[in-house]
Amino acid sequence: MEVKAVEFVRKAHEALHNPRLQEALRRTEAKFVQGRREALRHLEDPDAVRRHATAIRDTVLRQLDAWLIHFERQAQARGATVHWAEDGREVARILTDIARRHGVRKAVKSKSMVSEEVGLNAALEAAGVQVVETDLGEYILQLAEEPPSHIVAPVLHKTRDEIADLFARHHGRPRKTDTAALTREAREFLRPHFLSADMGISGANFLVAETGSVLIVTNEGNGRLATTLPRVHVAITGIEKVVPTLEDAATLLRLLPRSATGQDITNYVSLLTGTKQAGDADGPEHFHIILLDNGRSRLLGSELEPILRCIRCGACMNHCPVYQSVGGHAYGWVYPGPMGSILTPLLAGLERATPLPNASTLCGRCAEVCPVNIPLADLLRELRHVQQVRGLRPRLETLSLRLWRALVLRPRLYHAVMGMAAWLLTRLAGARGRLCRLPGAAGWFAHRDLPAPAGETFLAAWARRRGKP
Amino acid sequence: MRVGLFVTCIANLMRPAVGFAALRLLQAAGCEVVVPPGQTCCGQPAYNSGDFETGRKIACKWAQDFAGCDYVVVPSGSCAGMIRVHYPRLFAESDMQGEAVRQLAARTWELTAFLVEVAGLSQPPGWYQGKITYHDSCSGLRELMVKTAPRTLLARMPGLVLEEMDGCETCCGFGGTFAVKFGEISSHLADNKCAAIHATGAQAVVAGDLGCLLHIEGRLRRLGDTTTQVLHVAEVLAGRQGEVAWK
Repeated sequence: MEVKAVEFVRKAHEALHNPRLQEALRRTEAKFVQGRREALRHLEDPDAVRRHATAIRDTVLRQLDAWLIHFERQAQARGATVHWAEDGREVARILTDIARRHGVRKAVKSKSMVSEEVGLNAALEAAGVQVVETDLGEYILQLAEEPPSHIVAPVLHKTRDEIADLFARHHGRPRKTDTAALTREAREFLRPHFLSADMGISGANFLVAETGSVLIVTNEGNGRLATTLPRVHVAITGIEKVVPTLEDAATLLRLLPRSATGQDITNYVSLLTGTKQAGDADGPEHFHIILLDNGRSRLLGSELEPILRCIRCGACMNHCPVYQSVGGHAYGWVYPGPMGSILTPLLAGLERATPLPNASTLCGRCAEVCPVNIPLADLLRELRHVQQVRGLRPRLETLSLRLWRALVLRPRLYHAVMGMAAWLLTRLAGARGRLCRLPGAAGWFAHRDLPAPAGETFLAAWARRRGKP
Repeated sequence: MRVGLFVTCIANLMRPAVGFAALRLLQAAGCEVVVPPGQTCCGQPAYNSGDFETGRKIACKWAQDFAGCDYVVVPSGSCAGMIRVHYPRLFAESDMQGEAVRQLAARTWELTAFLVEVAGLSQPPGWYQGKITYHDSCSGLRELMVKTAPRTLLARMPGLVLEEMDGCETCCGFGGTFAVKFGEISSHLADNKCAAIHATGAQAVVAGDLGCLLHIEGRLRRLGDTTTQVLHVAEVLAGRQGEVAWK
């Protein structure tokens, strides 16, 4: 997926003026925010579970290499092949190799964020493999040729009417608007693909080191079809997804659906362990697991390491006032919202995502709801620090900060300037009591007035009252 | 009890009444209040922009300004949060300077929390007749857990009715420099806030942070609302006599 994060302001502008998107965002916010609150109430001590989950993730990250090797051994012992990919290009190479070796002409996919991250569909199609997305949301987006706008609800930005039009155009059947009928139609079109595909591709919510299993959480049955029917299965995921034991995975599963969609449990939790054995009714004959680094290992031991705890639930974006206003496409890459504003610069490059670390009011609501206590606002600030150090901020901003710093550290000068500013602003405001414009302050006055100050600063008035100069 | 009053730069420049109101409230609670004349800004603009070095310099200056105070009280959740939560983080090594900052930061309070939890102010001196609604500013709420203190104090004012708005804990969109860098998103969030305020039918919106208040007031006025009062909680609790006191 192409990185378009530098266009954040323009895309946000478009999103704010898209009434259908605004309506969709309002609906989703109501649903996810209330849903999460309700579902967490069903846990006896949700904060204790969150602390436990955080500890599990941190345990893994402290010795990620060892846990990954443990996972690899267990997976191999059960007949899976584990591949290690440095970046997206390696994933594409490994995957096209597997496809070529097994004579694959068609692949059915169940959702994988990593495959979006590395632009896998394009690579596969270039290698002559037809790719069919089978999650309902991803299928709709494939027809519409659009990227996802949310990591859990990728098609959140589309209305049912738009989907009805899309299906009528692509399926050549009478247009339906009923959700159940639309879903049935998609199912009818997807079923033959499952049966004729040579390869199934999935992501992984967790990798269980204890058993070498790939754990997948879905609400649609397609995940099971895509991972069991084709003779070759490939799971592609980031290296940070490993957890030590099944018990640990169970703890995280108590939080993942609750934080994501407000469900106590999801419809399907699939544990994919090894290849089809003699006597097994189904399962792939060949099971490949591709572990992608793509910059993740660089974060280990750094100030930014906590972002690797992320279990991709989307709670931070559901609760972020900025995401709620502009939706996912404005962020310009596969990961939107607060976690995306951290992951995109880190994985795709800070230069390609300069606005994102700043596109937050640092209100802290994201960290408040994060099931694994990632201090998202602090990490955003840390990235702003990296931008400062690397000189990636606009000159004017740097200059004004320097000027302001010079004042703050020189109290006499500072108070003289503040005194003048108070006097001047009051004069400019006049009898109206507020200012409506000011040269050089368009950023504020394009959208707001400014209440007039009182004409004298507090410290000057205080000094005067106490009879001092 | 020697209490240093840190007025915050926005209050100092834009609304001195907030400083006087805070002063009056602290005095009403029986504190000896000192106002260090050389105080400037807590350094948030630099810190939140990622300039940690400037943040450190300003933190040291601040600790010198307020040395000798038993407590430092700030009529702003975000400035108090900056000092109490973020200053200590700026000094990883335990050098002398960092230690001085850390110790004073731990004794720094947001105004309403201080009045309730430390000074035990039983009756605010102010007087207010009518319906207000309260906006929980993000930093005070999430960094310092200031939620009940302002409501406790407001509830002790006889003529005042508090009508909670929808999403009182949702960001108003100010966010410091965010308001200028992402003006369109910022004002979109302010519009949601204005609608929530209007839906309560309150005659005033009250908060503990002047940054949010200037942003909300600026947007209300730009949208043509010239009547809804926009007040700092200290002004309400002190009865706005603070404003008159210094004129």
